[in-house]
Amino acid sequence: MKVDLREVEHVSRLARIYLTDTEKSKFSAELSSILEYMDLLSEVDTTDVTPTVHTLSIINALRHDARKPSIPHDDALQNAPSESNGMFSVPKVIE
Amino acid sequence: MDYDVVIGLEVHIQLLTDTKIFCGCLTKFGDAPNTNVCPVCLGMPGVLPVLNEKVVDFGIKLGLATNSTISERNIFARKNYFYPDLPKGYQITQYDYPLCKKGFLEIDVDGGSKRIGITRIHMEEDAGKLIHDEKEDYSYVDFNRSGVPLLEIVSEPDMSSTKEAVAYLKELRQIVMYLGICDGNMEQGSFRCDANISVKPKGSSTYGIRTELKNMNSFRNVQNALEYEISRHVELIEQGKQVEQETRLWDAGLGVTRTMRTKEESHDYRYFPEPDLIPLIVDSVWIERVKKTLPELPREKRHRFAKDYGIPMYDAEVLTQQRDVADYFEACLKFIDAPKDVSNWIMTEVLRVLKEESIDITKFNVTPEMLANMIALIKKGVISGKIAKGVFEEMHRTGKAAYIIVEEKGLLQITDEGVLREKAKAILDSHPKEVKSYKDGKVQLLGFFVGQLMKETRGKANPKLANKVIKGLLEE
Repeated sequence: MKVDLREVEHVSRLARIYLTDTEKSKFSAELSSILEYMDLLSEVDTTDVTPTVHTLSIINALRHDARKPSIPHDDALQNAPSESNGMFSVPKVIE
Repeated sequence: MDYDVVIGLEVHIQLLTDTKIFCGCLTKFGDAPNTNVCPVCLGMPGVLPVLNEKVVDFGIKLGLATNSTISERNIFARKNYFYPDLPKGYQITQYDYPLCKKGFLEIDVDGGSKRIGITRIHMEEDAGKLIHDEKEDYSYVDFNRSGVPLLEIVSEPDMSSTKEAVAYLKELRQIVMYLGICDGNMEQGSFRCDANISVKPKGSSTYGIRTELKNMNSFRNVQNALEYEISRHVELIEQGKQVEQETRLWDAGLGVTRTMRTKEESHDYRYFPEPDLIPLIVDSVWIERVKKTLPELPREKRHRFAKDYGIPMYDAEVLTQQRDVADYFEACLKFIDAPKDVSNWIMTEVLRVLKEESIDITKFNVTPEMLANMIALIKKGVISGKIAKGVFEEMHRTGKAAYIIVEEKGLLQITDEGVLREKAKAILDSHPKEVKSYKDGKVQLLGFFVGQLMKETRGKANPKLANKVIKGLLEE
């Protein structure tokens, strides 16, 4: 398997997605076959080819350092599940 | 056993642009929480970031000032991790293709100089600010800082002592302030530093295991944290134990570093090219345009001051600490060719007043011309150095020129020997006991008589002349 159970667990933990054991095996198989398929690409000789990071041909979309109005404070907090003193409240995090 | 210390530093600087890196919200510090925010910096779905060109200008500026190669092709990347201060779930940064590469800085330590390599400088966005309440079970997020432009400057592990590390940081901070791209405020976090440090037996060719240090918000903290960490590493090695590769936080209150996360918990950022931003191409025309705006850098200025004006290196260091002060110094010299006198006045009186009253030197009442003219009065013997201090205060308070103050207040130095002799005689006549003791050999009383004469003339007597006159009379 290209993506073993441990890898599935690692990736699901990074993505904060909790999987059952059945799901883990299922995704291990599915993700492996996807990656194996992608391996076809490594058969192409890409020496001297600049990696494509964008398919558009345009470059340098820039803006001047000029202010645009921000949104009203109430709008900013509109979707906050919880707020306090004008701030978003979240479960306590301290590293 | 002796040990070699290996230190590399990562510095993040907040840029002095008016607006954020990918949206038009203000970057202002200290506004009410969540008021400088918009869908882009709040990470709402469906929005598109657009790069602020000034961020690139500033990056090129720093690249040139640190002798770096400016990359033509720039690609932004997503650094993925979850944290409440990062609304999108990723930070837009540069990864494989940073803006600047392979630069260096010269630092001055222990009378010599050393070259510290700069691996890379790249552009990225800042995260929001988390506020913790010790009593509550919540943390609070303010996104005003989210999207504020940063440059990250990564050094080579070229520093071999805490002294060098601090010298590098000071040099870098001075440069970014000279360039006008960052205010250099460490306490407010606009100039932040993380350190990588390891220790190995002297001469050994393999590096020791390194730890990363965070949370050092002053030069003193950097110094203390690094020193603490060096002795911790050495102690572990001497006990035959292993240094763990981990990230540690400096606790300034307790003066210790403690584990923040271990290698196993270290992040897996899964960088990939940011699809929302197209490539940025920096051509030579752009680089040349920025090059024209580069000021003389602090180190060059420092060495030039010491060499061209013949002032001590210490003076040069103090005077070039801030670009505006250095400019003020040079402006004074246009009016008077007395570098050391000007330097002394700036380092003592001028900087003291500016500090005490938190005034910006560019808004200082005493212009370079006024200070120079006052120093000229001292050098010509019109006023004494002591009187000049009062005149200086008066210039600062009223904005009047020194010679006007001297005239108005009748502060002209008394250089007429006849006048001084007259006054001195009167003083000796009213202190017969002291005169007798002097004549009996208590010569240190000379100071007492001179003091009386200065008092009598309200400080206006020429000190040298006063001395001479009194001595003459006593020894008649």
